[in-house]
Amino acid sequence: MSELRVTALNSCCALSKRLVGSVLMLTLLTGCTDIADSFLDPHGPIAAAQKLHFMRVTGLTMIAVAPVLIFVPLILWRFRYRNQRARYLPDWEYSAPLEIVMWGVPAAIIVALSTMLWHSTKALDPYRPLVSDQPPLNVQVVGLDWKWLFLYPEQGIATVGELAFPAGRPVALTLTSDTVMQSFLISALAGQIYVMPGMTTKLQLLADAPGRFEGENTQFNGTGFVHQKFPAIAMTDTDFDAWVNSVKSDGIVLDDSSYGVLAAPSTEAEAHQILATSSMPDNALYFSPTQPDLFSAITHRYHQGRPIPPNAQPGSAAFAPPRAEDTPKPAAETETPQ
Amino acid sequence: MTPDTILPMIFGRIGLDSLPFVPAILNPSTSEFIAAGAAGVVFLGAFIVLGVVTWFGWWGPLWRDWLTSTDHKRIGIMYIVLALVMMARGVIEGALMRVQQGVGLDGGFLSDGHFSELFSTHGTIMIFFVAMPFISGVINYVMPLQIGARDVSFPVLNQISLALTAVGAALIMISLILGKFSTGGWPAYPPYTGLAFNPGPGPDYWIWSVGIAGLGSTLSGINFAVTIYKERAPGMTLFRMPLFTWTVLCTAIIMVFAMPPLTVATATLALDRYLDFHFYTNDLGGNMMNYVNLFWLFGHPEVYLLILPAYGIFSEVIATYSGKRLYGYMSLVVATMSISVLSFTVWLHHFFTMGQSANVNIAFGIASMFIAVPTGVKVYDWMATMYRGRIRFSVPMVYATGFLMLFVIGGLTGVMLANPTISFQVHNTLFLVAHFHNVIIPGVLFGLLAGYHYWFPKAFGFRLNTRWGYITAVLWIVGFCVTFFPLYVLGLMGMPRRSVSFTDPSFEPLTLIAMGGAMLVLMALSSLMIQLWISVRDRATAQVPLGDPWNGRTLEWSIPSPPPEYNFAVIPQVWSRDAFAADKEAGIAYQEPETYDAIAVPSNTSIGMVVCIGGVLLGLGMVWYMWWLAAVSFLGIVGAFIVRSFQTDTHRIIPAAQVARDHRVWLAQIAASPEVTRAQECSPANRGRAMNERPEPSL
Repeated sequence: MSELRVTALNSCCALSKRLVGSVLMLTLLTGCTDIADSFLDPHGPIAAAQKLHFMRVTGLTMIAVAPVLIFVPLILWRFRYRNQRARYLPDWEYSAPLEIVMWGVPAAIIVALSTMLWHSTKALDPYRPLVSDQPPLNVQVVGLDWKWLFLYPEQGIATVGELAFPAGRPVALTLTSDTVMQSFLISALAGQIYVMPGMTTKLQLLADAPGRFEGENTQFNGTGFVHQKFPAIAMTDTDFDAWVNSVKSDGIVLDDSSYGVLAAPSTEAEAHQILATSSMPDNALYFSPTQPDLFSAITHRYHQGRPIPPNAQPGSAAFAPPRAEDTPKPAAETETPQ
Repeated sequence: MTPDTILPMIFGRIGLDSLPFVPAILNPSTSEFIAAGAAGVVFLGAFIVLGVVTWFGWWGPLWRDWLTSTDHKRIGIMYIVLALVMMARGVIEGALMRVQQGVGLDGGFLSDGHFSELFSTHGTIMIFFVAMPFISGVINYVMPLQIGARDVSFPVLNQISLALTAVGAALIMISLILGKFSTGGWPAYPPYTGLAFNPGPGPDYWIWSVGIAGLGSTLSGINFAVTIYKERAPGMTLFRMPLFTWTVLCTAIIMVFAMPPLTVATATLALDRYLDFHFYTNDLGGNMMNYVNLFWLFGHPEVYLLILPAYGIFSEVIATYSGKRLYGYMSLVVATMSISVLSFTVWLHHFFTMGQSANVNIAFGIASMFIAVPTGVKVYDWMATMYRGRIRFSVPMVYATGFLMLFVIGGLTGVMLANPTISFQVHNTLFLVAHFHNVIIPGVLFGLLAGYHYWFPKAFGFRLNTRWGYITAVLWIVGFCVTFFPLYVLGLMGMPRRSVSFTDPSFEPLTLIAMGGAMLVLMALSSLMIQLWISVRDRATAQVPLGDPWNGRTLEWSIPSPPPEYNFAVIPQVWSRDAFAADKEAGIAYQEPETYDAIAVPSNTSIGMVVCIGGVLLGLGMVWYMWWLAAVSFLGIVGAFIVRSFQTDTHRIIPAAQVARDHRVWLAQIAASPEVTRAQECSPANRGRAMNERPEPSL
């Protein structure tokens, strides 16, 4: 009996794998991008576990769904009005064995799914540090309108528009927002987590091998929303060290004035026009040195016990960043509120 | 005083640039032309309606028979008309978004701001001003008839509920002409919708339209629940109620408990925006997570509030067209009640990704999955109802089939989304958009359209055109599949929802297919309107004055079509479930009662119209900071209530002789008409008297 059930489960899993496989095929056929952007094409253990769970849930649930898809058309045809030969029992309204099956089978499936849910949710909790023989790389993430700022406290550097890290080594992200709520997702590596002002959330990443993965904000936050994407780049250890050195040598200082430019509502490309130097890549901004307590200063901004007027609120249309004399004017026109 | 100080006092913050025609002239672009065009359509539509009503001299009948009526049937029809008008706008907006994403590789034709307004109004309209009024309308029309009542318990309150819903719909229509609507999506999460990030009138339009309409829904919930508890005909115990009425009871209970969190959420957001409170701002101790919780504490029960009456409609439709008793009545009642209770325990699954502990996510994830059990039982019960029936594949049954086959796929993806592990990946992507459309369109919308077909002859005395009915139903089903199945794949491929454009070329084939599907849905909407037009034109050949065109099982089919304003000449005595079918079976249907009594019906009142006009002005005053207008209209409404409370003459008496005369005319028609078989259901021979077809005794 249990073998039978296992076989059924396996065949359902196989079916769902084929379904999802064909979806993947479609993806691959219709266009090739050099950047992985789906957990169905996982590049790390978390996304791989999420994909596996997705397949299992699909397969198990199909046990309850498939009979409906099969029997509804059959019943409609067999018991059509014109088929006078089919048995007609207008007063039949109850059957105890049928009731037991109707309640029992879905309940059993849900109990099985619940245990799976329990285990996978515990195992893939984004707050749980990844088990590894290497210490994690700590990165602090600040969501801004409409770009992500990555602070590397141990390296003393920061970037916008590019998140680099060594492959095979866990990355522990601590995230916050200095504007409205956003949601941080690198689908090919791990799930998403909200970022909110004055609060921090956590997320763990691990890439199996070097590669480029799409990172993005999935929570609508205004007109630049669709442009808030960045490549997450897994590198070899030596490449990562070289990358850190290049950020150190090419980066500009991250102080109140350059942060003010980043914090004003603008896309990464717009901020790039203002801040980038010729040695920086086309789609990223490098900062070095950084203020060591910048991340906590950002989260503590919202716990001062006094209101933040719109002209001091990053992301607000009225935001007027503090400017030093030598910093160019931001592109986004700012107004002083009345 | 100079004009510079006087004008803002009168017009608040309305400026010339609040009119969409102005930016279209100053800054011409496709996006602005579409906005100006939409405003033009609203203007033109309003003028045409006013012109037609004036030309034909319909103001008097419109005022007497409809706008001031307290008859639950007329209020129900007005709700549905409102829903259909708003549905036209909502579907067009949805199609516009599909077209934008279809051509949205690196651009498209809509501006970011316009697109975000579109998804915000589309969601708000479809939930609050299509699904809710459509459901309230069907409930209003059918539920009192099913329980053998003369009206709802509080007819004037009923009129006020409709007025409050209409206020919300009017405000959202006015936002097309004056200013811009919110860009914060239908849940309007702060701090994005706070004053710092969105100082314009958009979020205020959202707050007042949703807040005011939400009050109306709370009052409706109270009204429906009390009606079911207190107004049932003698003998109709709770477990003899038709299943639709059971689902209405569950929905009413959900309305009473789920709408207040929405009212609190909108009111506190308004306090943040108007009076500098800090419930949800980032500073001074506010926290946006409280809003998210409050909103979904309303938002999740809301979807069950929408789907349960649709389940009820399918229960009636499937039993009737299968010529059979409903299988598993008790199971269905228990399942419905379980769903309403469980619906309050799962709201957190809308934000598994907000950073709470895994244990919290597990609890809410498991609770969410358990809703699949009673829902699955219902689907199996409907299949067992069809089993060994004698099924007529009528238009409502086409919708029911589409529902059964597609809804389980929505259920499958629902079970997936209940897993935090999967939600972490597909949350906020088009997968989620596909999922909720997959449950709302085949579930709620198909249910309502099936109900529209099923009960239309009851309300108007003639059947809807069958051929166009089939065309419409097939277009809806195919259009839905072609539009939304690609969105599942796009979501799995990682395309976030609410994206005005995209840069990944592999998305394009699927967005183009979805765009094609949206065109089919537009055709379905047009076909629905054509069907109505043709049905009205050809109504002479589809008359069913005798009242029972489908061989119905419940009490609403035991009275003439359309029913008299007092519904039942004599309140029926109920002996069992499926009361009318049992009477026909026993051969005691259509009997002349021994005596007739005079009937008191609630008289007309204009309080609803005062609330409606006053509410719109109040909302406009608040949105545009015209404080004098807000104060005057608010005081006007309060004054009208005070005046109304002194009116003692609230009922009109219909004499027994008149009731007897009308009823005897109808009974004579019944006696003179032949019974028709189900084979003649869609022919002119079907005038509403059904033959009771039973299996051969030998079988």
